[in-house]
Amino acid sequence: MTDSKYFTTTKKGEIFELKAELNSDKKEKKKEAVKKVIASMTVGKDVSALFPDVVNCMQTDNLELKKLVYLYLMNYAKSQPDMAIMAVNTFVKDCEDPNPLIRALAVRTMGCIRVDKITEYLCEPLRKCLKDEDPYVRKTAAVCVAKLHDINAQLVEDQGFLDTLKDLISDSNPMVVANAVAALSEIAESHPSSNLLDLNPQSINKLLTALNECTEWGQIFILDCLANYTPKDDREAQSICERVTPRLSHANSAVVLSAVKVLMKFMEMLSKDLDYYGTLLKKLAPPLVTLLSAEPELQYVALRNINLIVQKRPEILKHEMKVFFVKYNDPIYVKLEKLDIMIRLASQANIAQVLAELKEYATEVDVDFVRKAVRAIGRCAIKVEQSAERCVSTLLDLIQTKVNYVVQEAIVVIKDIFRKYPNKYESVIATLCENLDSLDEPEARAAMIWIVGEYAERIDNADELLESFLEGFHDESTQVQLQLLTAIVKLFLKKPTETQELVQQVLSLATQDSDNPDLRDRGYIYWRLLSTDPVAAKEVVLAEKPLISEETDLIEPTLLDELICYIGTLASVYHKPPSAFVEGGRGVVHKSLPPRTASSESTESPETAPAGAPPGEQLDVIPTQGDLLGDLLNLDLGPPVSGPPLATSSVQMGAVDLLGSGLDSLMGDEPEGIGTPNFVSPPAAAAVPANLGAPMGSGLSDLFDLTSGVGTLSGSYVAPKAVWLPAMKAKGLEISGTFTRQVGSISMDLQLTNKALQVMTDFAIQFNRNSFGLAPAAPLQVHAPLSPNQTVEISLPLNTVGSVMKMEPLNNLQVAVKNNIDVFYFSTLYPLHILFVEDGKMDRQMFLATWKDIPNENEAQFQIRDCPLNAEAVSSRLQSSNIFTVAKRNVEGQDMLYQSLKLTNGIWVLAELRIQPGNPSFMLSLKCRAPEVSQHVYQAYETILKN
Amino acid sequence: MIHSLFLINSSGDIFLEKHWKSVVSRSVCDYFFEAQERATEAENVPPVISTPHHYLLSVYRHKIFFVAVIQTEVPPLFVIEFLHRVVDTFQDYFGVCSEPVIKDNVVVVYEVLEEMLDNGFPLATESNILKELIKPPTILRTVVNTITGSTNVGDQLPTGQLSVVPWRRTGVKYTNNEAYFDVIEEIDAIIDKSGSTITAEIQGVIDACVKLTGMPDLTLSFMNPRLLDDVSFHPCVRFKRWESERILSFIPPDGNFRLLSYHVSAQNLVAIPVYVKHNISFRDSSSLGRFEITVGPKQTMGKTIEGVTLSSQMPRGVLNMSLTPSQGTHTFDPVTKMLSWDVGKINPQKLPSLKGTMSLQAGASKPDENPTINLQFKIQQLAISGLKVNRLDMYGEKYKPFKGIKYMTKAGKFQVRT
Repeated sequence: MTDSKYFTTTKKGEIFELKAELNSDKKEKKKEAVKKVIASMTVGKDVSALFPDVVNCMQTDNLELKKLVYLYLMNYAKSQPDMAIMAVNTFVKDCEDPNPLIRALAVRTMGCIRVDKITEYLCEPLRKCLKDEDPYVRKTAAVCVAKLHDINAQLVEDQGFLDTLKDLISDSNPMVVANAVAALSEIAESHPSSNLLDLNPQSINKLLTALNECTEWGQIFILDCLANYTPKDDREAQSICERVTPRLSHANSAVVLSAVKVLMKFMEMLSKDLDYYGTLLKKLAPPLVTLLSAEPELQYVALRNINLIVQKRPEILKHEMKVFFVKYNDPIYVKLEKLDIMIRLASQANIAQVLAELKEYATEVDVDFVRKAVRAIGRCAIKVEQSAERCVSTLLDLIQTKVNYVVQEAIVVIKDIFRKYPNKYESVIATLCENLDSLDEPEARAAMIWIVGEYAERIDNADELLESFLEGFHDESTQVQLQLLTAIVKLFLKKPTETQELVQQVLSLATQDSDNPDLRDRGYIYWRLLSTDPVAAKEVVLAEKPLISEETDLIEPTLLDELICYIGTLASVYHKPPSAFVEGGRGVVHKSLPPRTASSESTESPETAPAGAPPGEQLDVIPTQGDLLGDLLNLDLGPPVSGPPLATSSVQMGAVDLLGSGLDSLMGDEPEGIGTPNFVSPPAAAAVPANLGAPMGSGLSDLFDLTSGVGTLSGSYVAPKAVWLPAMKAKGLEISGTFTRQVGSISMDLQLTNKALQVMTDFAIQFNRNSFGLAPAAPLQVHAPLSPNQTVEISLPLNTVGSVMKMEPLNNLQVAVKNNIDVFYFSTLYPLHILFVEDGKMDRQMFLATWKDIPNENEAQFQIRDCPLNAEAVSSRLQSSNIFTVAKRNVEGQDMLYQSLKLTNGIWVLAELRIQPGNPSFMLSLKCRAPEVSQHVYQAYETILKN
Repeated sequence: MIHSLFLINSSGDIFLEKHWKSVVSRSVCDYFFEAQERATEAENVPPVISTPHHYLLSVYRHKIFFVAVIQTEVPPLFVIEFLHRVVDTFQDYFGVCSEPVIKDNVVVVYEVLEEMLDNGFPLATESNILKELIKPPTILRTVVNTITGSTNVGDQLPTGQLSVVPWRRTGVKYTNNEAYFDVIEEIDAIIDKSGSTITAEIQGVIDACVKLTGMPDLTLSFMNPRLLDDVSFHPCVRFKRWESERILSFIPPDGNFRLLSYHVSAQNLVAIPVYVKHNISFRDSSSLGRFEITVGPKQTMGKTIEGVTLSSQMPRGVLNMSLTPSQGTHTFDPVTKMLSWDVGKINPQKLPSLKGTMSLQAGASKPDENPTINLQFKIQQLAISGLKVNRLDMYGEKYKPFKGIKYMTKAGKFQVRT
């Protein structure tokens, strides 16, 4: 007695037989017949011909039969609209039934019949059901509004159903609330501008209450709705977070991920100093880890989201590396995602473990996975500098296995490692060259050719190697052809005497025999360059390339912020904003993370802009290398600087000669119409992409991060040293430092670390002109040569008698440091209080007179928040940094401190500090004849009082 | 929300379709078939596939693909969770979830699916509510139905549906009142060549079978609740009470349910109850390789390890193996290269071992990859994390229930690299 009997057919024809049974008098026979019809429907057979017969069975008090007929109706009403009208009466009658189950069923089914004529009859019953006494009916009716809206939006609006639906958000039953939210969200998605869910603190409160009591699915709808709300301040954000965190322990992973979304978004508004912020970070890790023990499909979605979370807030999962280790029977899509996250979490602390794992993966069976594992080793080398050496040796081990695809991947990543750490690992080139013949993939061939071209001077038979590739030039892919062209031009510029023939050959192959426009264009550019000005050609083609960094595979910060708002959605799986793939761009509203509120912002030093702020805001702090150079090059740095190569060396002279004779003749043969002879040489930028272009901007963004430490320096203690010049930018020299002021003398405490492989000597330092004339009072004394991995600490005394130039910002200091390798430039911000002199205490009378004398428009007011000190403590602390209290008064319970300070250049700053006992916020009024310093004095107050 | 559902068997036939909104043509599954073709194995079919107008989200269980079709931005986890819930429900209703069973019960399946979603929104997914709406088929009921003409569709609104405790129906009555709790822990671990642990974690669950009359209110307390810092609860557990007192307080659903699942992370030290000694070596010159495995108990707290099985995917170069086990039985499939060894109990006095030779393809170089050994085992009466239930109390009802707690440790994904 199973349902499979419904699938058997007879000779007479199924439909015919069913028709007879449907019209049978026996109830039981009817029901069996309807079941047969439904069974045929589920497997996709067309049984719409039976429509009138099935509808006839609708008038019954047998609930099962009724349900079955309804199922049939939903499927076929659209194809038989006229017939469907027959059913309307029964629906309307059922909506009045005393049994709530039947009322709900009727309204539910009616909504699913997508026939215009029927929807007209639906309105009245629906209105009643929305106000039904039974919550089960109300919650079904709420969904029905969404269905109706999908069929006829105008009708829903005209009938005022949307308002009724909004009222249901305040319903006493949490299930009804959840369904109303779900329905409104769905309607809102198709009408992004309608502002249906205008959330306010009251409605949020209702949602949060319903959240605790409704079903798991309702919780998802409510959490997703909450995520669209922007709290008015950090306090509200925190209270919502507190009420959402229990959801992290839910067994339903979708609830957990939606809760994570709300928390990740609102966390943005919380100040990092808050204890609660730290607690929240800790609470987020365990549920994310737990998601990874679920079924593989859930794991996959979770991993895609974790990938975003790890990029946004790496601190959450930094200790959880091991849960991302790959099990060999994980599905491939889980394996690849885990691998990606492993690299994102790789750091100096865990790199040994990670590499051991990756090496293990590289011997697995699955080719795709092995390739990605090999690539991952390269990415680790680029991400964690300390591990580069170990990564390279691991890659060499893998190359020794001679497994073809492993070797190819290894070569591709080694090329990247060369780009990241020039002049460190070139000793492995010989090993790479041994495998030249086994390379058959374009990417690997291109990488190898790039390496040969780039290091042509170190490879004795570079010309032979490249020549061997040239033989099958036309069979190569474009990628390889372009690379080969560039490599041979590089080789020619490096060894002009032996390779003239080769370069002519490749230029003619590229320009005359190829029909690829990219290749032809690049060929012509080189040709013209070489023939017009070989020296310039050399400068362009062999220009120093920007280092690549791991940021290249990070998601761009603004996109990342947008995606964080879409955690748990399809957008987060594809790592694309919904506008990029949602059909027709319908209903797409750009979401963005809420900004930190004003109160929390002032507690941070101004340099630590909230994460994800566009770097543009900070651009003015760092001068471009260009202006810096202009100024600094005029300074005397002792021994001459080896600048960009000038056309003096004999090699280059040779090149000129050769070109004069060799290439000019070639130019003569050039077909007409391709360009005028005095072709202007393209800007250098055009040549850079030719060298496997890497993003140029990435380097600068590193520097921005570094400035964050500088703002928090204080006078009374030596602030931790911040890295001013990373080793990556200075050929292995890393400089970190801080400023101090002790008994009247200012000094700059530096820490120089040699991270290169060669000894550094001949150090010298120079400052650019700056706002307060800061200059070294003595030369930089590094007594012994700095050997690799050695660190030296130096205190450089400063004076303020140097030449003055107003900088923007005022406390910007540009510095040049030279050693035997090169000259390096960096800039830093110094805290103003190092300039407060010891005799800054003003006489009382004088203070009064001066305060009055300075015009009121020079007065600046600031608020210092969250400072728990009392007036005495404030006064003594400020005094240690040469801010002197001239007088103290108590007005209406407030302590008023009148203070003075003097800068090294004689500028006086007068201050009034108002302290209310019990209130941690102080009011600071500053008066000064040079009002532009006020902002920086205020920052000095902040740092002194808060450290 | 969820538009349609297609059930596809492993040979690529759509054997059931259900639409909750307008009908989506089954040709949309062609995109799924393409992906299925690209993936080498069924397990590797990506769970999210995009097509020009729809998204296909799928889960693969019991050799059936459950493919949901969605059209708008819907949280994919929500859909996948729901699909798993569908499978669980089928299993609950029919005992097994397979193509023939679903075909045999197609009408019930259809009715259940209709109850689970309305317009793509989940409606009733709690199994005890569903069972009140649509009664699961039993032989007895089929007989009764045919005689009395009654149906297996409930005509009363399920009582729990809208109450504060939607997971429990009212008016439950039992003559024997019993509450059983099983603490089951699975160890996921990767052990490296030298036998040291690379990563190990414990996934634990407490499954309950509660058959108690009326509205009992239970509290369950642990000797060492500190272990549970990463937990997911059944909705019945009062979270506030747990936060403040570390006590599980709840009104249980009726019947079988999962009270709690927890995770003891890799950062805590996880005891590893077994070790595997292995010596698998290939020689360059010879076409024979040596193979030797021994398993033994490690940290078992004096309990016996049972149900031990080992399996390993041997390298492709291995043609055949000739092995002798000291106990149990072993098989080697020369086509799939899968070696499995059913060991049974481990006797600490006489450790089980499997020794012998592997014959390799003549002339071929020795294989690059090292086989990984997958281990299964069971230990009764032990929760390897050390978790212990302190006491179970019942309030709200007068009778005295029978209570029982069982512990068990199992291997989850337990892998030994060689």
